[in-house]
Amino acid sequence: MEYMLLLYERESDWQALSEDEKGAIMREYFALSDSIRQSGHYRAGNPLHPTTAATTVRVREGKTLTTDGPFAETREQLGGYYLIDAKDLDEAIAIAARVPGARTGSVEIRPILRLPPK
Amino acid sequence: MEDATTTARQGEVRREIDRVYREESPRALATLIRLLGGDFDLAEEMLQEAFAIALAAWPSSGIPTNPRAWLITTARHKALDGLRRRSRFEEKRQELGVLARQAETPTDDDLEERIFGDDRLRLIFTCCHPSLAVEAQVALTLRTLCGLTTEEIARAFLVPVPTMAQRLVRAKQKIRTAGIPYRVPPVDLLPERLDAVLCAIYLVFTEGYAATSGDELVRRELCSEAIRLGRLVCQLLPGEAEARGLLALMLLHDARSPARRGPDGELVLLDDQDRSLWDRQRRAEGTALVAEALRAGRAGSYVLQAAIASEHARAARAADTDWRRIADLYSLLLQIHPSPVVELNRAVAVAQAYGPAAGLKLMDRLEARGELPSYHLLPAARADLLRRLGRTQDAAAAYRRAIELASNEPERRFLLRRLSEVEGGGTKP
Repeated sequence: MEYMLLLYERESDWQALSEDEKGAIMREYFALSDSIRQSGHYRAGNPLHPTTAATTVRVREGKTLTTDGPFAETREQLGGYYLIDAKDLDEAIAIAARVPGARTGSVEIRPILRLPPK
Repeated sequence: MEDATTTARQGEVRREIDRVYREESPRALATLIRLLGGDFDLAEEMLQEAFAIALAAWPSSGIPTNPRAWLITTARHKALDGLRRRSRFEEKRQELGVLARQAETPTDDDLEERIFGDDRLRLIFTCCHPSLAVEAQVALTLRTLCGLTTEEIARAFLVPVPTMAQRLVRAKQKIRTAGIPYRVPPVDLLPERLDAVLCAIYLVFTEGYAATSGDELVRRELCSEAIRLGRLVCQLLPGEAEARGLLALMLLHDARSPARRGPDGELVLLDDQDRSLWDRQRRAEGTALVAEALRAGRAGSYVLQAAIASEHARAARAADTDWRRIADLYSLLLQIHPSPVVELNRAVAVAQAYGPAAGLKLMDRLEARGELPSYHLLPAARADLLRRLGRTQDAAAAYRRAIELASNEPERRFLLRRLSEVEGGGTKP
């Protein structure tokens, strides 16, 4: 099964870290990505620019409304993702628990909904 | 004449089929779910069909010697037929292959008791997977492992039937879509997952034991189902001391049931209970399990709670209770499971062992920290100690506070009675 791991974290927490600390965490992410690539679980994954770089689009009555950032101030923000292939939810949980951000923020596991082929 | 005997015989067979349904369907379901690739809905549906066939066939053919095996084989064949009919669909082809391979393997081994045990263990770990909400875990466990109907579960938890039905549908849907595996967790996950299982079982028990509203009969059933599940886990995982502790805890509490209610349904506190009414067999079994679990080494939270209950069970009269040992057991429990409720219980035990002033000091400390602000048992316990210290005005104030917070009717009545006693200068109404 394919699962999306959505990495949520408080952006302010990340920004408060020193460059050394950020570097150490990034190295942990690289190590995790390498490891799950080798084990065959990895499909895709990327960090995201912070919400200051975000744009939200809505179309209402045919008009496109473009606004700055996410609409609501939430406690944690989406900061990155992994797309993985796992045998079952327990395997996905085990990988999610290895994401460095799980120690400070949270990882949401969402099964990919496969549409039947046309 | 002949018609009457035939009807009577059919009635008998019908009752026998009902019994088989009640006893065998949870076990048959556990195995079918595995055989049908973890599909709860398909397994339930096919089992229903197998029972429909049984209802038609057994009155004339007689009940097979192994009805469970018969039901499983019939249900599996039904599922296979259904898949064959739909097999023109590309996406079903693979599934069919898997099922056909399973169908070819000899079934004799599958039908051994050991396999059934494993399947029920798989089922309970799947139903109590931590990714399901606790209410969903409990509902699903009662539905699939205990074979309770949706209506019965709804009545027990005082929710409308459609709400409970929806809860079950969503839980099964999540098992499927989220890919919750149908298996016993590997050793590294076992402690965490077993915790969830024990917690769900205990929740079933406390729901039946603690609440006083609702259908008394259904509540009794919850207690016995919880005990039955506790036994099952102990039997399937004999090395787990905490599972034994939980079973002992439930047995020892359940043993007190006959003495917990007075003639008007009012709550009778442990101290005032007629201990000759306690269920001897449950008491003996619970005490023996505690001793066994304590010998097994470092005691966990269920074992310690059961050890406390077992101290009460050992005292022939309330006055014989070894409160010092109970206070010590609460101290141990507090170390591994810090919680204000445990602190309060320890304070009560300390008051019994070392006098009301010592207990009151601990309770005042709890209250000063602002713990348990809406828990009626804290002011109720304080009121009791204040009363014993002769501080009747403070006691009355604490009773009033407890009455304000208490939501359960028998407990309110009990507190009101105590209040009128202290206000009336200690004379009983």
